Amino acid sequence: MDADIALILLQDGVVNGAVYALLALSLVLVFSVTRVILIPQGEFVAYGALTYAALDAGKVPGSIWMLGLLGVAACLAGLWSMRHHASRGAVLRLLAGTLLLPAVVIGVTLLLAGRAIGVAGEAVLTVLIVAPMAPYLYDIAFKPLAEASVLTLLIAAVGTHLALMGVGLVLFGPEGFRATAFSDAVLSIGSQTIQGQSIWVVASTATTMLALYLFFGFTLFGKALHATAVNRLGARLVGISTALSGRIAFGLAGVIGAMGGILVAPLTTVYYDSGFLIGLKGFVAAIVGGMVSYPLAALAAVLVGVVESFSTFWASAFKEVIVFTVILPVLLVRSLRSPVAEDEE
Amino acid sequence: MILAATGLHVGYGGAAVLHDVSIQVGRGQIITVIGPNGAGKTTLLNAIMGVHEGRGSLQLAGKDIGRLPVEARVRAGMSLVPEKRELFGSLPVEDNLRLGGFRFRHEPALARRRQLDEVYALFPRLRERRKQLAGTLSGGERQMLAMGRALMSRPDLLMLDEPSLGLAPLIVREIFTIIADLRARSVAILLVEQNARAALQIANYGYVLETGRVTLQGASAELAADPRVVETYLGIAKAVPAPV
Ligand SMILES: Nc1ncnc2c1ncn2[C@@H]1O[C@H](COP(=O)(O)OP(=O)(O)OP(=O)(O)O)[C@@H](O)[C@H]1O
Ligand SMILES: [Mg+2]
Repeated sequence: MDADIALILLQDGVVNGAVYALLALSLVLVFSVTRVILIPQGEFVAYGALTYAALDAGKVPGSIWMLGLLGVAACLAGLWSMRHHASRGAVLRLLAGTLLLPAVVIGVTLLLAGRAIGVAGEAVLTVLIVAPMAPYLYDIAFKPLAEASVLTLLIAAVGTHLALMGVGLVLFGPEGFRATAFSDAVLSIGSQTIQGQSIWVVASTATTMLALYLFFGFTLFGKALHATAVNRLGARLVGISTALSGRIAFGLAGVIGAMGGILVAPLTTVYYDSGFLIGLKGFVAAIVGGMVSYPLAALAAVLVGVVESFSTFWASAFKEVIVFTVILPVLLVRSLRSPVAEDEE
Repeated sequence: MILAATGLHVGYGGAAVLHDVSIQVGRGQIITVIGPNGAGKTTLLNAIMGVHEGRGSLQLAGKDIGRLPVEARVRAGMSLVPEKRELFGSLPVEDNLRLGGFRFRHEPALARRRQLDEVYALFPRLRERRKQLAGTLSGGERQMLAMGRALMSRPDLLMLDEPSLGLAPLIVREIFTIIADLRARSVAILLVEQNARAALQIANYGYVLETGRVTLQGASAELAADPRVVETYLGIAKAVPAPV
């Protein structure tokens, strides 16, 4: 292997790693706020990629019907949980958030699909279609379990993942899709060429991280999420509802997942079940960060991406094995350092 | 009447802890609940706040709040300073306070700023420490922060679970002075205390809770003179400087 190939592999690795980093951040975020290990994160990526690819090909993405369905279900779940103390404002807000919003998004999609709305338009529409599914799923599957153990929440997460994957097969079919790149620009530095798409991926990741940093550092809602993560009871006592924090955390995870999907759609062919493996690599990074540290998780994600791209070169048949083996020493060190890491609640 | 709790039954799993407890708090009053360890005082406050489920009727300012979740009770105008304080340790003091005013997040920044300044006026120490992480505060400062955070939600009823726990007498006096001061601002207070002497000194009315039952109640001067209270709760208690 010469230096040029190494650099190409490195570039590939960093690009994939950037996407894993996004997913790792969102896993850490959701876990620290809700204690849910968000296995279905990968499905948001797959839905995002396939929705974007469909819009890119001028078709109506099937996922809009899933959005409508989840909206209705979340509405019913919300009404049920409010049965003892429904205020008019709360009901109206619920109806607007779960029925009106999907209806508008579906309408806009039907209207715009097939017209040239540009890359940005397609991307925004994709996020609008996919991201709201996450808070709806929170309301349907996780909010009723808010006080349950991490294990129960994990089982619910696995169930959600399987359900979403199954629905994905129905909505998008068994074929894979690949979208066209955002830009055909190619940057040459010496003998190296950098694809426009790679720059897009890295820049979007960096922007998202900056946005998250500002959100947590400078907004009351960001701090409310942080507060929920560090002291759930304290947060409730100041009037931050667990459900609200959960919804915001899942909403961010939905946006990040959909974005991840849009970014990978032009890089690789995505199938209805591709999300799981992509999400799993984000998960490896999140674990390395101990599910709590954002910078560690992001760094680990880039490492995972680089390891993956080099092992693809050397032993492509074993690349997944190699990537997931990387996690073993980390887990070993971790368990040796903190022998009892039981759920403290 | 700001708070009327009638016939509360509360338990953990199968074990009953509170049996038919009724407590009332009038507007602008300080009501204290005293009793030995394990009597169920914390359980009582948690049940009133909605942190813990129980049976019985709960009314805040005449409205039934028994089925509301904690957050809605905060919005209805009550606030609890829990025994363990439950601060946001990795956030600075000022963020803890701002989050205390979360229910007023839609209000203009100016009004929220004014509330913050009011709390700082009450606890000047917190203003000095506003950039410090809550997890690094001393015990007395933590208690002040917990009270300040609770006051940020402008409660009509403030419930305090052992505010003097683990604090030096001087700080206890400071905290009790502030509690008496709050009554003057027409915040009703439900005060749970081990320090029966100090509590009965500032309270209007008191309840004695023993093994989950109210065994004695009355105006605090009467309670303080009751031989049973003197023997069990005041006799051995160390004298604490009276609030000014
Ligand atoms: N989470 C719990 N699970 C089971 N039992 C509990 C729980 N919390 C409290 N108890 C029991 O309920 C009883 C009342 O506890 P509580 O904390 O309300 O007492 P307290 O009057 O506040 O005591 P202290 O003065 O020591 O704070 C005790 O016997 C305690 O062991
Ligand atoms: Mg107690």
